[in-house]
Amino acid sequence: MKTSMNSKRNSKAYLYLAPWIIGMLVLQLYPFVVSIYYSLCNYTGLADPVFIGADNYIRLFTKDKEFQKSLWATVQYTLYTVPCKIIMSLLIALLLNKGRKGIGAMRTLYYLPSLFGGSIAVAILWKVMFMDNGLVNALLNLVGIETVSFFGNPKTALPTLSSLEVWQFGSSMVMFLAALKQVPASLYEAARIDGAGRLRSFFSVTIPQISPIIFFCIIMQTVNALQNFTSAFVITAGGPVKSTYMLGLKLYNDGFLYNKMGYASATSWIIFILVVGFTLVLFASSKFWVFYGDES
Amino acid sequence: MSKKQKNRIKEVVMYAVLIIVGLVMIYPLIWMFFASFKSNQEIYGSLAILPESFSWEAYVDGWKGFGGNTYAHFFKNSFLLVMPTTLLTVASSALTAYGFARFDFRGKKLMFMLLLSTLMLPNAILVIPRYAIFRTLKVLDSYWPFYLMGAFACYPFFTYMLIQFLRGLPRDLDESAYIDGCGTLKTFTHILLPLLKPALFSAGLLQFLWTYNDYFNSLIYINSVSKYTVSLALRLSLDAESVVVWKNVMAMSCVAVLPVVVLFFFCQKYFVEGIATTGLKG
Repeated sequence: MKTSMNSKRNSKAYLYLAPWIIGMLVLQLYPFVVSIYYSLCNYTGLADPVFIGADNYIRLFTKDKEFQKSLWATVQYTLYTVPCKIIMSLLIALLLNKGRKGIGAMRTLYYLPSLFGGSIAVAILWKVMFMDNGLVNALLNLVGIETVSFFGNPKTALPTLSSLEVWQFGSSMVMFLAALKQVPASLYEAARIDGAGRLRSFFSVTIPQISPIIFFCIIMQTVNALQNFTSAFVITAGGPVKSTYMLGLKLYNDGFLYNKMGYASATSWIIFILVVGFTLVLFASSKFWVFYGDES
Repeated sequence: MSKKQKNRIKEVVMYAVLIIVGLVMIYPLIWMFFASFKSNQEIYGSLAILPESFSWEAYVDGWKGFGGNTYAHFFKNSFLLVMPTTLLTVASSALTAYGFARFDFRGKKLMFMLLLSTLMLPNAILVIPRYAIFRTLKVLDSYWPFYLMGAFACYPFFTYMLIQFLRGLPRDLDESAYIDGCGTLKTFTHILLPLLKPALFSAGLLQFLWTYNDYFNSLIYINSVSKYTVSLALRLSLDAESVVVWKNVMAMSCVAVLPVVVLFFFCQKYFVEGIATTGLKG
C-alpha cells in the first residue's frame, strides 16, 4: 500500500520537471547534437545545411590564417587571466580574512568592479582609459615613460584586455573568503605546536583545506575565459593585426556577420574541445594538489 | 621592539596595503563618474580627477539617445527583457529543484547527470543552433528567446543552486505535511517555498544582474534599434557620431551601471550568499 502510494506520489516529479525536461531536450541537448552536424555542413543560416564532411575543420587548420591567431589569442588570454585572477583573489581574501575592523566595507570595495561583469559600460571605460591620450598614458608620462599605444600594438593589446578581466576577481574572492572561514582553527593550532611558521602553515594547512574551492574557481574561470567576447568586440574589434581576435569573436563574425554558420559551428567545437581539454588537464592535475576532506 | 609593537606595525602595513590596492581598484569607477563632466579636451592627456566645472549637460544630452529613442526607452526595454526573464528563471528553477530534491523516480540518475553536464556546457556551442530554433519559431528580434530560456529552466546554475539548498532542508517537514493530507504542490508552495525565499532571492538577484549586463545574447537576438536594451544602445553610441563626445558616453555608462550598484548596496547579503554557494561568473 505504502509503496504504491509512494510511487504515485513520486511519479508527480515528472510534472514538476516538465519545463526543465522540455528545455533540456529542445534548447540544450538538441542544439548540442545538431551543432556537430552544422559543423560538417555548408550552412548559411538562410538555406538548408548541405553536408560537406570535415571540410570546415580542414579549412580552419590549413587555410584560415585568422584561425591560428584566434586560437593562440584565446589560449594566451586564458593563461594570462585565470592565474592572475585566482592569485589576486586569494591574496586579498587572505588579507581580509583576519577579522579586522571595516572588513565588510573593504570586501564591498573589492567586489564592486565584479558587479559589472561583461557589461558594455566597463568595456568602454577601459577603451577610454587606455587610449593613446587617456588616463593611463598620462600617468605613465608623469613618471617619465613614453606613451604606450595599448590597443595599437599587438604586444600590449591582449594583456590590456586581460587586465579588464583580472580587475573583476570579486566572485572568486567571495568564495575564498567563505572557504577560509570553514578551515578549523584547531588545524592552525596543531601546525603551530608542530613548529610550523606562517608560510609553512599557509602551504600545509590553508591551501590544502581550500583546494577544492580553488579547483572549482579555476575551472569556472577557464570556461569563461575561453569564451570571452564582449571586451574584444567593443574595445579592439579583434585588432591590431588580429592579436585579440579571440575565438568567441571569430565565431560571432563568421556566423552572424558573414552568414557562415556551418563554419562558425566548427569554431564553436574548437572552443568546446579547448574547454574539455583544459578541464581534463586540470582534473588530472587535481590528484596532486586538491585535497578532499574524506581522504586521509 | 616588543612583540606587541611589531604586531601593531604589521597591522598598520596590512591596512595600508588593503586601502591602497582598494583605491586603485575603484579608481576607474570614480574616474568614470567625473569624466562625465569633462570635455574631450579635459579627458585627453589629463591627470586631474575633478572636472573644471560641474554641469549635468552630458546627462541631458546623452539621455536623448538616437534614432528618436531616448534612454528612457532603452531602460524600459532592458527591464521588459530582464524582469520577466528573471521571474521565469526563478520559477522554473524552483520547480525543477523540487522535482530533483524531493522525489525518487525512474531515470533520476541519468537526468541529474544531464543537469550537471549542462553546467559545464559552454554557451558558445549552443548559440548557433538556438538561433536557428528561435528563427524557426519566428521570435527573433523580440525578447521571447530570453523568456523561453527562462521558462524552460535553461540556466542550470540556478537549478543546481536551489537543489543544493532544498537538500539542506529537513525532509520531515514535507513528510508530515504530506501525512496531514497536503498534496505535493501544496507542500511545495506552503511549506518549502517560504523556507526557500532567501535562496530564491539570491538566484533572482544574480539572474537579474547577469541578464542586465549580458551583451552577446542581446546582440544576436535583437536587431531593431527601437527594441535595443541599454547595453546595445551604449555600444551604438560609440558609432552614432563621427567624433565621440566621451562625456555623454561616460554619463550614460554611469546611468547604466546605477541600477546594479543600487541593487547591490541594498541586497549585499544575498549577493554574497548567492556567490558563495554557486560562485560563478565574473
